[in-house]
Amino acid sequence: MKSGSNLEKILKAGHFAFTGELGPPRGTSAEEVRKKAAHLKGKVDAVNITDNQTAVVRMASWAACIILIQEGLEPNYQMVCRDRNRLAMQADILGAYAHGIRNMLCLSGDHCKFGDHPHAKGVFDIDSMQLIQMVKKMRDEGKFLSGSELEEPPKIFIGAAANPFADPFEWRVHRLAKKINAGVDFIQSQCIYNMEKFQEWIKQSNEMGLTEKVYILAGVTPMKSVGMAKYMKNNVPGMDVPDEIINRLKGVDKKKQGDEGIKIACEQIEQFKEMKGVSGVHLMAIEWEHKVPEITERAKVLPRPQVD
Amino acid sequence: MIVGDLKPLDEIVSTILDYKRVLVLGCGSCVTVCLSGGEREARQLARELSHPRHYKDHPPEFTVGSILRQCEHDLVIAYQEIPPETDAVLSLACGAGVQTMADAFEPLPIFPTLNTTFLGASLKPGIWSEMCNGCGDCRLSCTGGICPVTRCAKSLFNGPCGGPQNGQCEVDPEIPCAWTLIFYRLKKQNHLHLLEEVKTPPDWRPAGGRGPRTRMRTGIG
Repeated sequence: MKSGSNLEKILKAGHFAFTGELGPPRGTSAEEVRKKAAHLKGKVDAVNITDNQTAVVRMASWAACIILIQEGLEPNYQMVCRDRNRLAMQADILGAYAHGIRNMLCLSGDHCKFGDHPHAKGVFDIDSMQLIQMVKKMRDEGKFLSGSELEEPPKIFIGAAANPFADPFEWRVHRLAKKINAGVDFIQSQCIYNMEKFQEWIKQSNEMGLTEKVYILAGVTPMKSVGMAKYMKNNVPGMDVPDEIINRLKGVDKKKQGDEGIKIACEQIEQFKEMKGVSGVHLMAIEWEHKVPEITERAKVLPRPQVD
Repeated sequence: MIVGDLKPLDEIVSTILDYKRVLVLGCGSCVTVCLSGGEREARQLARELSHPRHYKDHPPEFTVGSILRQCEHDLVIAYQEIPPETDAVLSLACGAGVQTMADAFEPLPIFPTLNTTFLGASLKPGIWSEMCNGCGDCRLSCTGGICPVTRCAKSLFNGPCGGPQNGQCEVDPEIPCAWTLIFYRLKKQNHLHLLEEVKTPPDWRPAGGRGPRTRMRTGIG
C-alpha cells in the first residue's frame, strides 16, 4: 500500500470505485461543509474537495478536508499550481497529511482570468506533472523537491486529471503516459459526455498498457437542465458536449430535465462498469450534492464496499 | 525587439504640468521599429501635447529630438542637443532607456511616455507578438522553437493542459495554444519523443527576482 487510503484499498481490491465531489463555501461556514458532506456519507469512497475551483476564492481545500474527516468521510485533497509556489505546496502537503489526509489530486488549475480575482498573478512555479513528481518524491524518497530529507514522509495516494477531449486528441493518451511516468496512482477524467471519444481514448490507453499502471475514474456530471448543458458546451474550457445530449434534455418537459440528466448519467455509469480500463466513476454533482443519494441509488453502486 | 505602447495622453500631461521647457525624445532602435517611440512618434506626441486644451495656463514649450539608443550610456552622454533651460524630458524609450537617461542627465527629470510591454516579433505588418520573457534558461531546442514559458498562459513545461480547443488557448480564443503549436511543429520534425520526457521543475533563478541581472564581458572598455 502506498497510502492505505480507503480509495486506494477499494481500487486495489478490484472494486468499482465511486467517488464524489464537494465545493467548499465562499465563506467560513463549517456547517455548510457538514451539510454537503452528510449527503455524501456512505454513498462514495472518497470526496474530492476542490481548490479555489474556476479561480474563485473559497474555503481552503485542506480545511474543508479536515471537516470531512471529522464527519467520517475520506477526502481527496485537491491542489492547484496556480495559487502557491513549491514551498507553500510542500508545507500544505505536510500539514494535510498530519491532519489525516491521504489522497491528493494534483492539477495545474484554471487560469485566474476565469475567476473572481482576474487581476491576480498566477504562480505556476511548477506544473501539474511536476507536482505529481514532487508528491511522489516526498512520499517514496522522503525528500523535499530540493533534495533535503524530510521526517516521516507523507504517504499520499496521488491523483491527477486527464481530459481526453482537449486538443490535440492524438497527444492525450501520451500525456496520460507521461503522468504515469511522473508517478500518478489514479486519474479523474474530465466530465464525459462524448462517450465515443472517451471510448477511443480508453482503447488507446488499454493498447498502450496504461490502464494496468493507473486506476482511471471516469468523470460524470449529471446535467441539471438544457441551460447547464449549453453553458458547459460553450463556456467551460475543455468540455465536449455533443448536441445529442442537449437534444435529449430538450425533448423532455422543463421540470423533468434534471431527472433526464440523472438518467443519462446512470446510463453512462452502467457503461463504465463494463468498460475495460475503467476502474470507477468520479461523480461531480456540481452544487447538487443533495442528489447524490438518489443518483447512487439509481446507478446501483450502493452499498459501498467495506475494505480493510 | 522591445515593444512598448504609448501611455494615455492625460497621464503624460500630468507628469509635465509643472515644467516650462520639455524635450520630447525618441529612441532610434526597438521602439522605432515597432512604431511607438521613434522620432516620428516623438514629433506627433509633441504636437498633440502642445494643444492648449490640456492645460489651465500655457502649454510648455516643446522641442523634439531622438537618440539612436537611449539604453546605451555612451550614446546618451554624447547627445549634446538638449536645449538650454530644458527642465524635463519626455522619453519615448523603453524602461531601460528611460533609466539610462535619468542616470546620465541627473538631476534633470526624465518621464516615460511608453508602457514597455514585451520582447516580441512582428509576424505580420502592424502586429507584434510576445515571444520571449528573458527567463535566462532558453529551452527552445526541445520545444520546436516555440517558447512555452512566454506563450503558454500558465507557463507550463509539460503541456498542453486540458483546456485548448480547436488549437486555441482556453484563456483567449484569439491566442493559439503554444503547446498545440509545439506538438504539431515537433510532429512535422519527427521529434515528438522530445515531449515524452517529464520536464523537471524549473530553476527560476536565471529568470531574475534576486535583484537586477547583469552581464559582464571582459576585455571591453
